[in-house]
Amino acid sequence: MLLSRVTMKQHSKQQKNLEGYVGFANLPNQVYRKSVKRGFEFTLMVVGESGLGKSTLINSLFLTDLYSPEYPGPSHRIKKTVQVEQSKVLVKEGGVQLLLTIVDTPGFGDAVDNSNCWQPVIDHIDSKFEDYLNAESRVNRRLMPDSRVQCCLYFIAPSGHGLKPLDIEFMKRLHEKVNIIPLIAKADTMTPEECQQFKKQIMKEIQEHKIKIYEFPETDDEEEMKMVRKIKDRLPLAVVGSNTIIEVNGKRVRGRQYPWGVAEVENGEHCDFTILRNMLIRTHMQDLKDVTNNVHYENYRSRKLAAVTYNGVDNNKTKGQLTKSPLAQMEEERREHVSKMKKMEQEMEQVFEMKVKEKLQKLRDSEAELQRRHEQMKKNLEAQHKELEEKRRQHEEEKSNWEAQQRILEQQKLDASRTLEKNKKKKIF
Amino acid sequence: MASSDVARQPDQGVRPLSLAGHVGFDSLPDQLVNKSICQGFCFNILCIGETGIGKSTLMDTLFNTNFENFESSHFEPQVKLRAQTYDLQESNVRLRLTVVNTVGFGDQMNKQESYQPVVDYIDRQFESYLQEELKIKRSLHNYHDSRVHACLYFISPSGHSLKSLDLVNIIPVIAKADTISKSELHKFKIKIMSELVSNGVQIYQFPLDDETVAKVNTTMNGHLPFAVVGSTEEVSVGNKMVKARQYPWGVVQVENENHCDFVKLREMLICVNMEDLREQTHTRHYELYRRCKLEEMGFKDTGPECKPVSLQQTYEAKRQEFLVELQKREDEVRQMFVQRVKEKESELKDAERELQSRFEQLKHLHANEKAALEEKKRLLDDDQSSFSKRRAAAQLLQAQSLTANGKKDKDRKNYVGLSYVMNVTVKAPADCAAAHGWLALDYRHYTTVPYRYTEQVVCLSVTLFWLHVKYPPV
Repeated sequence: MLLSRVTMKQHSKQQKNLEGYVGFANLPNQVYRKSVKRGFEFTLMVVGESGLGKSTLINSLFLTDLYSPEYPGPSHRIKKTVQVEQSKVLVKEGGVQLLLTIVDTPGFGDAVDNSNCWQPVIDHIDSKFEDYLNAESRVNRRLMPDSRVQCCLYFIAPSGHGLKPLDIEFMKRLHEKVNIIPLIAKADTMTPEECQQFKKQIMKEIQEHKIKIYEFPETDDEEEMKMVRKIKDRLPLAVVGSNTIIEVNGKRVRGRQYPWGVAEVENGEHCDFTILRNMLIRTHMQDLKDVTNNVHYENYRSRKLAAVTYNGVDNNKTKGQLTKSPLAQMEEERREHVSKMKKMEQEMEQVFEMKVKEKLQKLRDSEAELQRRHEQMKKNLEAQHKELEEKRRQHEEEKSNWEAQQRILEQQKLDASRTLEKNKKKKIF
Repeated sequence: MASSDVARQPDQGVRPLSLAGHVGFDSLPDQLVNKSICQGFCFNILCIGETGIGKSTLMDTLFNTNFENFESSHFEPQVKLRAQTYDLQESNVRLRLTVVNTVGFGDQMNKQESYQPVVDYIDRQFESYLQEELKIKRSLHNYHDSRVHACLYFISPSGHSLKSLDLVNIIPVIAKADTISKSELHKFKIKIMSELVSNGVQIYQFPLDDETVAKVNTTMNGHLPFAVVGSTEEVSVGNKMVKARQYPWGVVQVENENHCDFVKLREMLICVNMEDLREQTHTRHYELYRRCKLEEMGFKDTGPECKPVSLQQTYEAKRQEFLVELQKREDEVRQMFVQRVKEKESELKDAERELQSRFEQLKHLHANEKAALEEKKRLLDDDQSSFSKRRAAAQLLQAQSLTANGKKDKDRKNYVGLSYVMNVTVKAPADCAAAHGWLALDYRHYTTVPYRYTEQVVCLSVTLFWLHVKYPPV
């Protein structure tokens, strides 16, 4: 999810009215002083095919020989592949110091096959973001040079027909990384009507392809809003640049001399150069920097850190959790893990208890069974014992009875035989 | 607040160029200022001082307004910090001012403890800024900065020594200066400054790097600490109404530089150096806090080979560490469980074994008992059988004796005569014939056996008798 511009809303806490002089109305002056002391920085990128007048326009914009025979413009430095090169210049005006970095792309769009010629540009922008991210994230932060690309002037060739596929492709790929300001180059090759037509066509195509070019911020000031609306109507700006100064009606102006007249660079009726210059340098330079810092850079940063934090895990959960820092995210994950561990422990504990109970139950059952069988056997044996005792007793009884009987019989016999003997003896006699 | 707050030096490869005309970027500071005005400013003051020393009155006087102040008692159990935010506007400049008051400071028995809540508060504000800065999706430009930009240290005229506070711009202020005479004041200021120095308190020095304000700042630095008087009441002096305190012996005018340093304080704090105070807080104090915090969390700028480590690498390394730690914890938990399971298993196995051995024991016992029982049974059987043999033999004998007395020779064949004691083991029917034959011989020697006869013989004869019946001679 990308950030869009947000104007800060004022929360009214407690509005106080001051009676008398306090002095913080001087704060803006303090800010002014400090900023002048610090100096300013700005990085501008120019992209377009060779021969579109890019270097001339830069020279015209900054009224200096940024590109000169010693430091040739991109169209004179074409190599085999698209390069991204930067030149730094320091300019001073009215006590204000500006470190200007111009990034150009020699070779862009000049090959027969231009597929992927935007890749070096994207890589460059990303690498500047990365440098800034690393510098910002260091433990010891001291010098944080800001070399992020804050504005990209994209030059459209004045074909009169509309955007080329390369134009569309480039802008689509870079509109979420950098502020794009599309310009119609060499505007002096079109009549005002042609220009108007061309502009309409381009804006239509830009809207069709949902390309987000740099948007001018809304202001509360009526005057400023009027100006902003005027600019919006004339987008994309059709510009003419020139390195030469020509005398026109006693005035020395920058312009291009034709047999049929002079196309003046700074004449609002001839081209939109003045609008561009005013907008880019005099009124919106700070805003371009702010949008780069607050929107494009933050988008890059959050994407980068989200990738690091989630390591490519892309589920719907991550979308809503981007409000934390990666460390806070890890803390949260740790807490989740701890609770997951607790749950796991509990589950395992439960399973363990259950199994132990089962086992103990089994043991108890076997023990009971054993006890039961033992009891049974004991009973059995006891019964048998009793039976046996009984039998024994009977037997003994029987035996003693019979023995008693026998004894009586024996006695009788004895008596009988004695009698017999007596009789025998008697007989013999 | 611009994040590239850095003194830029021209580095190599930078060409200075001269401009052929007015380009217009000299409006850059104005653009910046316009943006700041649009956004509004923010300033946070912390007032430290004992109860009743005049903190709230001074704030009211400084900002020419009546902040809602509650009179605090002297009996607070611990120091509380009360922060109140106000939106002020002066001409076109909007200021969101937060005044933080220490309630109950120095009222406790142990005055050393008074500082801790203050330190905690200051750290908390830094912490929340740091947290915002570290978020993945952050909105720093919208963030309400609550970090303490200035700390007014109120020293009472009876002068107590103050502890040092880190991470904040300290501006010492002598309160209720209308109770000190001018000569005493000078000595007192020197004493306080030396005490502050000896206690290691770093007070905020007004910056001297900007030529526009260097001069006035130097002078002011020499007047520290400012001796102030606060009052929101107006007294008529001459033909003007001025803020003052009315005494029987005169009127102390707050804005009279001869009477007190109030105007100097206002100049320095608000008009000249407010922005610098904010900048110092952000670039010095906050950076220090951040550095310490990050180092605590284990972040480093250079890796093990002293090569610079990018943010991504650091985070990835941390994440690795983190995942390893989680894994370890998981393994530990599992391990512990495996251990417990093993232990319990062996316990249960022991119990099982015990049960088993008891079972064996009982079985053994039973077997023994059963064997004993069997033995007894056997004995009983033996007894019974021997008894019945005896009985039978006796019966036989009786029957025999009866017939011997009656018919002697009748069916002699059917009777086996008792002969001598003979031990013949009759095992099997096969032997019978032999035994029988043998006995036939003795048959003729039929004699009466004396009365004494062994049971054995009886048994034998009985057996033989029955044998005879069973197996008649062939």
